[in-house]
Amino acid sequence: MLSYDLLIVGGGLAGLSAALGADPGLKVAVISKVHPLRSHSVAAQGGINAALANHPDATDDTWEKHAFDTVKGSDYLADQAPAELLCRRAIPTIYELDHWGAPFSRFAGGTIAQRPFGGAGFPRTCYAADRTGHILLHTLYEQAVRRSITFFDEWLVTDIIVRDKRLVGLVAYDLAGGEIIPLRAKAVIFATGGYGRIFFRSTNAYINLGGGIGMAYKAGIPLKDMEFVQFHPTTLFGKNILMTEAARGEGGYLVNAKGRRFMEDYTPKAMELAPRDIVARSIQTEIDKGNGFENEFVHLDLRHLGREKIIQRLPGIRDICIHFAGLDPVDRPIPIQPAQHYSMGGIDVDATCASPVEGFFAAGECACVSVHGANRLGGNSLLESIVFGRIAGESASLYLRGGPSEVGGGRDVAERARALTARIRAVHERETGENVFQLLNRLKRLMSDAAGIFREPATLRKGIEELAVLREAYRRVFIYGNCGRYCQEMVVLVEFEHMVEVAEVILLGALKREETRGSHFRKDFPKRDDASWLKHTIITRSDKGPVITYRDVQIGRYAPQERIY
Amino acid sequence: MTFKILRFDAQTDEQPHFQAYRHEPKPYETVLEALKEIRDQQDPSLSFRYSCREAVCGSCSVVINGRIALACRTQVEDLGSDEVVIEPLPNLEIQKDLIVDLNPFWEAYRLVEPFLQAPGPVPEKGHRVAERDMEKVFQYVTCILCACCYSACPVATRDGRYVGPAALAKLTRFALDPRDDRPFSALERVDGPDGVWGCDTVFRCNDVCPKDVRPADGIAVLRRKIIAGKTKRLFRRKP
Repeated sequence: MLSYDLLIVGGGLAGLSAALGADPGLKVAVISKVHPLRSHSVAAQGGINAALANHPDATDDTWEKHAFDTVKGSDYLADQAPAELLCRRAIPTIYELDHWGAPFSRFAGGTIAQRPFGGAGFPRTCYAADRTGHILLHTLYEQAVRRSITFFDEWLVTDIIVRDKRLVGLVAYDLAGGEIIPLRAKAVIFATGGYGRIFFRSTNAYINLGGGIGMAYKAGIPLKDMEFVQFHPTTLFGKNILMTEAARGEGGYLVNAKGRRFMEDYTPKAMELAPRDIVARSIQTEIDKGNGFENEFVHLDLRHLGREKIIQRLPGIRDICIHFAGLDPVDRPIPIQPAQHYSMGGIDVDATCASPVEGFFAAGECACVSVHGANRLGGNSLLESIVFGRIAGESASLYLRGGPSEVGGGRDVAERARALTARIRAVHERETGENVFQLLNRLKRLMSDAAGIFREPATLRKGIEELAVLREAYRRVFIYGNCGRYCQEMVVLVEFEHMVEVAEVILLGALKREETRGSHFRKDFPKRDDASWLKHTIITRSDKGPVITYRDVQIGRYAPQERIY
Repeated sequence: MTFKILRFDAQTDEQPHFQAYRHEPKPYETVLEALKEIRDQQDPSLSFRYSCREAVCGSCSVVINGRIALACRTQVEDLGSDEVVIEPLPNLEIQKDLIVDLNPFWEAYRLVEPFLQAPGPVPEKGHRVAERDMEKVFQYVTCILCACCYSACPVATRDGRYVGPAALAKLTRFALDPRDDRPFSALERVDGPDGVWGCDTVFRCNDVCPKDVRPADGIAVLRRKIIAGKTKRLFRRKP
């Protein structure tokens, strides 16, 4: 049986950063269900925050101010010590990425260029045009190649095996080989990304199903703050492809069908550069009031920026507009609407990325430290993935250096691999049944109806009821094709089972949290309630169903105050 | 409309065959969206690679009505045809349906040492690089490693040892980067018929590239650098 010290699951920024942070003396491998360069990190556009103070308007910027903006943006649900750690480590992280070859855009004088972003007190977002995720993912992958790190590309992890509260191994489906493979490991880092595609409208890659989060939950690892789902304000109408926040950072306007810059009515000071939760809600409110176009979208207008600036700073989104919507933002405003974008919640880990299960670590979007609290600021997710990915690699190495005793568990791992093989065979041998891709489409509709930007108990409850129906339908799932190599039915079949768990935890958390905070807006409780709800939601799976507990937020030097922008 | 899609399973089939599906695309539907609709509604066994659906991850390169392209960035309507024929990338072995074995492509990528080689420790305030110098690498940095160029290249077709346009464009990206300090010997590794001199300069790579990387420009840059490096060495040698 294959046996490793450390297995890292996910080849996006967090997974690669973990691999680079791990002790090179260990036997490490990265498992990714797609080639690492196809990971969703590649699609990030606008930038990565660090208080480098390179911008002429930002000479007074410090990591403490970055931390304050992050905490305020989080609606005070972020734990302040790790948020400070994130912002402090941001600065050396950017310089290291630069040294590793990240081709950041430059200011005159040759320093790394920085632009304004939503909810930030200073222009502190470093970027490479509007392809920042792309260049960072390629840069980290290049470093991984340089260090000859072992990769298992196109392997889907299907099971986490825990014995006596300790991680002992994984099971994976090797797509190219068409085999189910048992893997022993002393430690595992999950860096499996978000669950965007659990929603009907999402900016995320098609592959972002969130199976990793649900898999951890099924293995008994708690999930934290899952009700906090970020809806990005500006996504291309119809396709929901991200139109970067940098478009507003560079000076773009949001305009309704009456030709008005309506953000004046919501955040007169910050205007278009308020945090995402507020801007997304404002746009949806305008559309719901009948001030949108076709009751579906508003305009993101860049025309006044001029051709040259658009081509130089926003070439990627211009390209997307031309090829996917048949319009050039130089000449015409972009039709945009909010869509699911990011998960603030995730696998419950501490500031060392450790979970309550010994040997199991998590980082990046699938994890919740929490540094983003109830709303993440733009430019902080690439940063979090890289900084906490690295921390996870370091923590796991430290744990392994402590010499965890041999746990055995090989038999458990082999048993689970056999069980999966048997289950797949049984599904395949059915005469007929449910098409898993259609179940997935039903789940997306359900989640968009039940847990969108505006929430209320009746629809959340209805969502939970309908989820039970979907679970029942899943018991009749069927594989139409040959379940050998590159069987994508099998991939979705495995992930769907975990997605249903993720969906339930989101709905439950949202139903129980009777307040409005950051991205979580309750129509029946439209105000933040610090007296009752300045706490994290922790949901753990038990034989009797989900168990909900709460944990106090770690407050530091920033006392909660009203968010005014 | 009719979508004729090439089907093949290397495990069970002797020969690939085309399977026809009827599907009426919505306005602005891309070929990737059409493939997904066909799979979800008609044939869940259909296999193809995909991820970002916005032309930045490089997963979904296929041949559409004879043209190599990203499925996600091709509008069905723009094809101007009632029949859409979709095949896997040429030049690479078919694994299953539209999925090919990309290992030769990745091997070529690794061969050129695709990572920045900057000397010394991390500079305290970062490297100082003029924006115009950085802009020189931007053209090559936009490469998404989709392998469209590799599949279209006539040299790669006839000679499996040729590293191909994408790997050479990647090397150019580093050779032009002012922070990079790789020795001349790293460029000499592609100084031969398997490298820069193998190129036929017919620019098929430039034509098919969905991101305007123009790999052939990069090959020309490398050729010039190699000639300049050798000339310099010649004159440095004592008689």
